[in-house]
Amino acid sequence: MIEKYGPLRGEKLQILDENGQARPELEPKLDAPDLKRLYSLMVTTRAADLKALKLQRQGRIGTFAPSLGHEACQVGSAFALEKKDWVFPYFRDLGTYLTLGLPLKSYYLYWMGNEASMHIPPDLNIFTISVPVGSQLPQAVGCALAAKIKKEAAAVLAYFGDGATSEGDFSEALNFAGVFRTPNVFVCYNNQYAISTPVSKQTAARTIAQKAIAYGFAGIVVDGNDVLAMYAATKEALEKARSSGEPTLIEAFTYRMGNHTTSDDAARYRTEDEVNAWAKKDPIERYKLYLKGKGLWDEAFENQTQKEAEDLINDAVEKAESTPPPSLDDLFSYTYKNMTPDLTEELNDLKAFLKEAGK
Amino acid sequence: MMLNMVGALNQALALEMERDEKVIVLGEDIGVDGGVFRVTEGLLKRFGGQRVFDTPLAESAIVGASIGLAIAGLRPVAEIQFMGFIYPALNQIISHAARLRNRSRGRYFVPLVIRTPYGAGVKALEHHSESTEALFCQIPGLKVVAPSTPYDAKGLLISSIRDDDPVIFLEPTKIYRAGRQEVPEELYEIPLGQAKVVREGEKLTIVAWGAMVAVAQKAAEMVEKDGVFPEVIDLRTLSPLDRQTILESVKKTGRLLIVHEAPKTCGLGAEIAAFVAEKAILQLEAPILRVTAYDITVPLAKSEDFYYPSPERVARGIKKIMES
Repeated sequence: MIEKYGPLRGEKLQILDENGQARPELEPKLDAPDLKRLYSLMVTTRAADLKALKLQRQGRIGTFAPSLGHEACQVGSAFALEKKDWVFPYFRDLGTYLTLGLPLKSYYLYWMGNEASMHIPPDLNIFTISVPVGSQLPQAVGCALAAKIKKEAAAVLAYFGDGATSEGDFSEALNFAGVFRTPNVFVCYNNQYAISTPVSKQTAARTIAQKAIAYGFAGIVVDGNDVLAMYAATKEALEKARSSGEPTLIEAFTYRMGNHTTSDDAARYRTEDEVNAWAKKDPIERYKLYLKGKGLWDEAFENQTQKEAEDLINDAVEKAESTPPPSLDDLFSYTYKNMTPDLTEELNDLKAFLKEAGK
Repeated sequence: MMLNMVGALNQALALEMERDEKVIVLGEDIGVDGGVFRVTEGLLKRFGGQRVFDTPLAESAIVGASIGLAIAGLRPVAEIQFMGFIYPALNQIISHAARLRNRSRGRYFVPLVIRTPYGAGVKALEHHSESTEALFCQIPGLKVVAPSTPYDAKGLLISSIRDDDPVIFLEPTKIYRAGRQEVPEELYEIPLGQAKVVREGEKLTIVAWGAMVAVAQKAAEMVEKDGVFPEVIDLRTLSPLDRQTILESVKKTGRLLIVHEAPKTCGLGAEIAAFVAEKAILQLEAPILRVTAYDITVPLAKSEDFYYPSPERVARGIKKIMES
């Protein structure tokens, strides 16, 4: 399927249109519980995201990067992953984490500024959040190369934004992937803006996906607000990566409905009309219509989903807010495997100072 | 077995690759070509293309991919062709390799060795004579190693490969083939973080590393006729610094001279001088002195001899400190 949608011809994979009408020949083979699960995950992502914005306004968490509008590209792509696969997220990946089972508490703790947040549970192959834009991409290629060397049939999925495609690390990583034929899937959330800079100022190329061709592998543009298309494209790319070690670049064409972060004011650089036009392409609304058409959505299901999301969120907030900051020993003890004499001396000095100050 | 530093490093890599199949080697021209200095010669043939591979010409991705390889359980040894070309990889080194253990609270760590030739003295083109080790010594989470002999080079590289933290392994270009030394054929480790007193002496401690150790030793010999017998310390590991060995020596001799081929300002010598001042200034008989390269861009081949410390310039420093 991926090969059929030539990015140079400007083609885009869409399975669900904006009215929730599906193209039956492209519908992925998902059973009713999975189809409903995709909905719950997107709804929970949106609710958890809005909750984080509220917490930020109340001063209960710090600067936060909202995921509003990205629910389908995050949930749909992550839903295609298998347990043995690896994920290299970027900083706007709430739906990805929820889909993969990272406790929501961890995500809130991250934005609260607590190191404990990034202690990823050992049974999840999720890498830590990368803040320097695009820098996770060469690492994802190295991780995939390791799977190839160890002859493990696992794929490595890396997320990044449209701005990252201007970074040298994007070029270096995709070139490595092409040369070494690594089992990578690169998912670019093209949400049209890198903070204030529109994608037209990041690249003169017609699509981001077409850049894959220059590195010697396939790329595809996918409607990033269509959860089924995101799932189907990612699943095919992951299977190809696992079976033949071929990389793929997926451009999820979407829109950042919120600000870049809570420190940003998007009204400075984009029009209300533009935002309103994208609001009509909402990923959750369209999928709800699809489920309804299939007889899988009703008010009771909606209420139950909302209630479960609310319970999960309240529990996560409570757990995050009751998590203490790391101890002083903890702050020093992960710099090296073993504490160096210098660090021991510095830590003891800090403790002595605090004791003297009566703290 | 008599080996120069290139041979000793090559043997260390081969022995570690033989011992541990997780050890892999990557970089530019390190396969068929055996590296531009031939440190990886023969490894491709012996261990195959899955464990020894040439990469595209992209330093950031060499280090970035090595981080990915390392967190997935392998032990990569990456070569950056010259220290002057490591800068595109600084983001990967500083923002990730050095911090991943801390960021992930120990879930991920980066057992990565980045080998790179450093320092002047071989009349090379611009960017091939850098000695910017202090950049790396300031970064929490990194270890920095610089051997001065074939024997130490082998033992330190083996320890670096076995270390679970990222190590910047600096190979002094000038002395790659400067001389041969008896190097045992078997595996042995020289622990990281331990300096070595390479010349016992009195009334003055000289601290040096890499190619400057031999320069310091030569200068020490030159001043013997004046009745001065300096002690010389080879740091071997630049971070973490073996402060204890330096301090013990300085407390004994009462004087300190630091020699490095990096520019003077904010060089590692500044840190050594500062901590000795903090810990033992009252036991010093004379002001601390640094004999270093100058705060200018490394001159090109025709003029480089003026730049880095020579035995004569170090001997002048010794005289100055003994007369003050």
